[in-house]
Amino acid sequence: MDLEYTADERAFRDEVREFVQRNLPTDLAAKVHEGKRLSREDFLAWHRILHKRGWVAAGWPKEFGGPGWTPVQQHIFDEECAAAGAPFVLPFGVRMVAPVIQRFGNGTQKDYFLPRILSGEHWWCQGYSEPGSGSDLASLKTRAVREGDHYVVNGQKTWNTLGQYADWIFCLVRTGTEGRPQEGISFLLIDMKTPGVTVRPIRTLEGEHEINEIWFEDVKVPIANLVGEENKGWTYAKFLLGHERTGIAGVGRSKRELKKLKDIARRERSSGHPLIEDARFRDRIAQVEIEILALEVTNLRVLSEEGKQRTPGPEASILKVRGSEIQQSLSELMMHAIGHYALPHVREALDADWTGEPVGPDYAAPLAGTYFNFRKTSIYSGSNEIQKNIISQMILGL
Amino acid sequence: MDFSLAEERRLLQDTIKRYLGREYAFDQRRKRLAANAGISREIWKQLAELGVLGIGIREDDGGMGGDAFDTMIVMEAMGRALVVEPYLSTVVLAAGLISDAGSDAQRAAWLPAIAAGEKLLAFAHGEAAARYAASYVETRAVRSGKGWKLEGTKAVVLNGDSADALIVSARTGGNVSGREGISLFIVDPKSRGVSLRAYPTQDAGRAADLRLNGVEVGDDMRIGAEGQALAFIERSLDRANAALCAEAIGIIEAMNEATLEYLKTRKQFGQPIGRFQALQHRMADMTIKAVEARSMAILAASAMSSADPDERARRVASAKAFVSQAGRFVGQQAIQLHGAIGMTDELVVSHWFKRLAMIDVTFGDAEHHLGRVSDMILAEA
Repeated sequence: MDLEYTADERAFRDEVREFVQRNLPTDLAAKVHEGKRLSREDFLAWHRILHKRGWVAAGWPKEFGGPGWTPVQQHIFDEECAAAGAPFVLPFGVRMVAPVIQRFGNGTQKDYFLPRILSGEHWWCQGYSEPGSGSDLASLKTRAVREGDHYVVNGQKTWNTLGQYADWIFCLVRTGTEGRPQEGISFLLIDMKTPGVTVRPIRTLEGEHEINEIWFEDVKVPIANLVGEENKGWTYAKFLLGHERTGIAGVGRSKRELKKLKDIARRERSSGHPLIEDARFRDRIAQVEIEILALEVTNLRVLSEEGKQRTPGPEASILKVRGSEIQQSLSELMMHAIGHYALPHVREALDADWTGEPVGPDYAAPLAGTYFNFRKTSIYSGSNEIQKNIISQMILGL
Repeated sequence: MDFSLAEERRLLQDTIKRYLGREYAFDQRRKRLAANAGISREIWKQLAELGVLGIGIREDDGGMGGDAFDTMIVMEAMGRALVVEPYLSTVVLAAGLISDAGSDAQRAAWLPAIAAGEKLLAFAHGEAAARYAASYVETRAVRSGKGWKLEGTKAVVLNGDSADALIVSARTGGNVSGREGISLFIVDPKSRGVSLRAYPTQDAGRAADLRLNGVEVGDDMRIGAEGQALAFIERSLDRANAALCAEAIGIIEAMNEATLEYLKTRKQFGQPIGRFQALQHRMADMTIKAVEARSMAILAASAMSSADPDERARRVASAKAFVSQAGRFVGQQAIQLHGAIGMTDELVVSHWFKRLAMIDVTFGDAEHHLGRVSDMILAEA
C-alpha cells in the first residue's frame, strides 16, 4: 500500500505543470477562475494548444495519436489543468465518440474522424436523450430507415450540450422494432450541415443557452456513417457511457473550487469579521474538504484497478454520484458565502469584456447562477437514481 | 388550541387566490415581467382595491387591521403565484416599522397612502460587512443644524429603485455592532447625495445598492427615539422572516403538487415513474418536510403577537432555519425528480426553485438562524 505518487509520476506532474504554466493563456485562465462565459473559440484555443503538444486526447492509446498515458497519468493531467484554470476539454469528441470509433469503427472512419477530433476541426455533440427517453434511454424513437446507400432519419433529440457550435453529432437511432427495445438501436454519425437538421435553443433556469433540441426531418445519412453493425448500437452506447463516467468525478475541478471557496470566505465579512473566522461556516468548508479527499482516494483506487483491466466497471457510478454531489455542495456553499449578494442578477457581468462596475464583491456575479446550473450534475449522463440502480444491480447483485 | 382559519381569513384566502389565479398565471407573469421590471402599477392598484395593501395597518391608520396570520395568507398565495411586486418591502417591512415606531405625523403621512397603493417604500438596513447581523451598522448620521447628515452604503435594498421613500438605519452613537445607538430615518431618494445602483434579482425582482453621501434629513424624518431603533428593526426583520416562511410554504406545497403530478404522468421503463419505490420515498420525504414547514410558518406567525421579544425571536429564527432547509430539500428534489425538464426556464418549477433559494438568503439563511438559536441555548441559565 503506497498512496504517494512514484518518482516517475512526480516527474510527469512537474512536466505537465510547467507546460500548463507556460502555455495556458492568462486571460483564458482568468475567465475560468472567475466563472465567466466561455466562447466556442475559448474552448478551441485550449484544445489546439494541447493538440500541438500531443496531449489533447489524454485517454487515447498511442496508435491513434494519443499520449498512451496510464489512468494515473491522465488523472494527474486533469488535476493540473483544472488547478491552473484551463477550460475542460469538451468530452463529446475526445472522450465519447472517439473511443467508440476506435473500438467499433471501420478503417475509413478511423482515418477520417480521429485526426479531425484531435485537431479540433470537428466539434462533436451528443444525440442520445429524447423527450420521452431520458433515464429509459433504450425506449428512443428517432427512426433511421434504410433507402439505398443511405438512411433517412426522422425524430427529435434533446438536452444536447453546446450543439449550437457542433459540426457533427453522434446519434442513437432506431433501425429495428423486433425484440427488446435495446436490440433495434444503431449508432450513426451525422453531419450537422445536412439538410433537415435543425438546432433549437433551450434556455435553462439561470438564463444561459447551453443546451438544445435537435430536430431531424428526412435527414439523409450515408450508410458509411453507421458505426459497427446495424442494430448493435446499444452495446456501443453502453461502452461510451462507461467512458463518460470515468472523468465525471471532477476531483481536479472540485479542488480548484474548494480553494476559491476558502478565498471568498476570507474576503467576505460577517459582523465586520472575516467569514472564515465564523466556525459554523468554516465547518461546512471542512466537511466538503473531507468529502473531496474521500472521493479523490476512491478515484485513485478505481483508476489503478482500471489500469490493470482497461474497461471501467460499475465503480464509475460511485464516482459519478459522489462527484456530482460534491460539485453541488461546493456551488451551494459558494452562493451562501456571499450572503444577500446572491440576489443581484447582472447577466452582462458574465461577459469577459464587460467593463461595468460589479454589484457587490467582484466574485459574486456568477455564483447563484452556477448553483442553479449545477443541479444538472445529478441529472445528466445517467441520473444519480440510475447510478444507484447500477450499483444495486451490478455491484450488489440485487 | 385551534388551528382552523376564522371565517374572514378564509374569505381573504379565497379572494387573493382567485385574484392571482385570474391575473397572475405563470404566462401572464412572464409577459408582464418582460414588459416592466419589478413592479406592475396596475397589479399594485388592484391589490390596493382588494384591501391587501392595508393588511397589518390599523384601521385608524387607514388600513384593514389584521395580524401576522393575515399576512401569512397573502404571502402564501403570493409565493405560489411568484408575485414580484414589492409587498414585503412596502407593506410588511415599511408599514410595519412606521406602525410600530412612527410618530402620529409619520403614520398619517405614510400609512393611509401605503394602504391605498399610492406610496411605495423600501427598507435600507443591510450592509456588505454585516452579512446578516442586525446590529452591525457602519452608516452614520451626525447632527447638522436642525437635522441630520447621513453617510454610508446599504447593500441589496429590496425594491430600492421603485421606492418613494427609503427607511434607512444609521448609527447616531455606540460602537459599530452595539445594540445602542442605531436610529431610523425616512429618506427621500431624490435628495441630494443619494445614489442608487439598481439591478434585477435572480428571482425576477428588483433591488439596489444605496450610497448616502452627506444626505441632509430633517429631524422630523427620524422614526422613534434617537439611538433606540434596534428593537424595532429586529421586530421588523422577524415580521419579514415570518412572512417569508409563509411565502416559502406556498412555494413548497406548489412544488410538491407539481412533482407529484409529474411522478404520476411521466412514463419511463413502461410505467409512471411514481411506481418506483426510491422516488416514492423521496416524495414522501418532501411531503413530511412540507407538513412540518407549514407548522413552523404557523409558529412564526403566532410568535409575532408574543409580548416577549426573546421568545418571538427564537421562534421566528427556528422557523426560518427549518423552512429554509425544507425549501432547499424540496426545491432540489423537485428539480431532480422532474429531470432535465425541471431545469428549463420554460417550466414554473425552476422559477419556484430560484425564489426559494433567494428567500433562504434574504434576512438570514438557515445557518444564520440556526446560529441564533444556538447562541440562545448558550445564554440559557
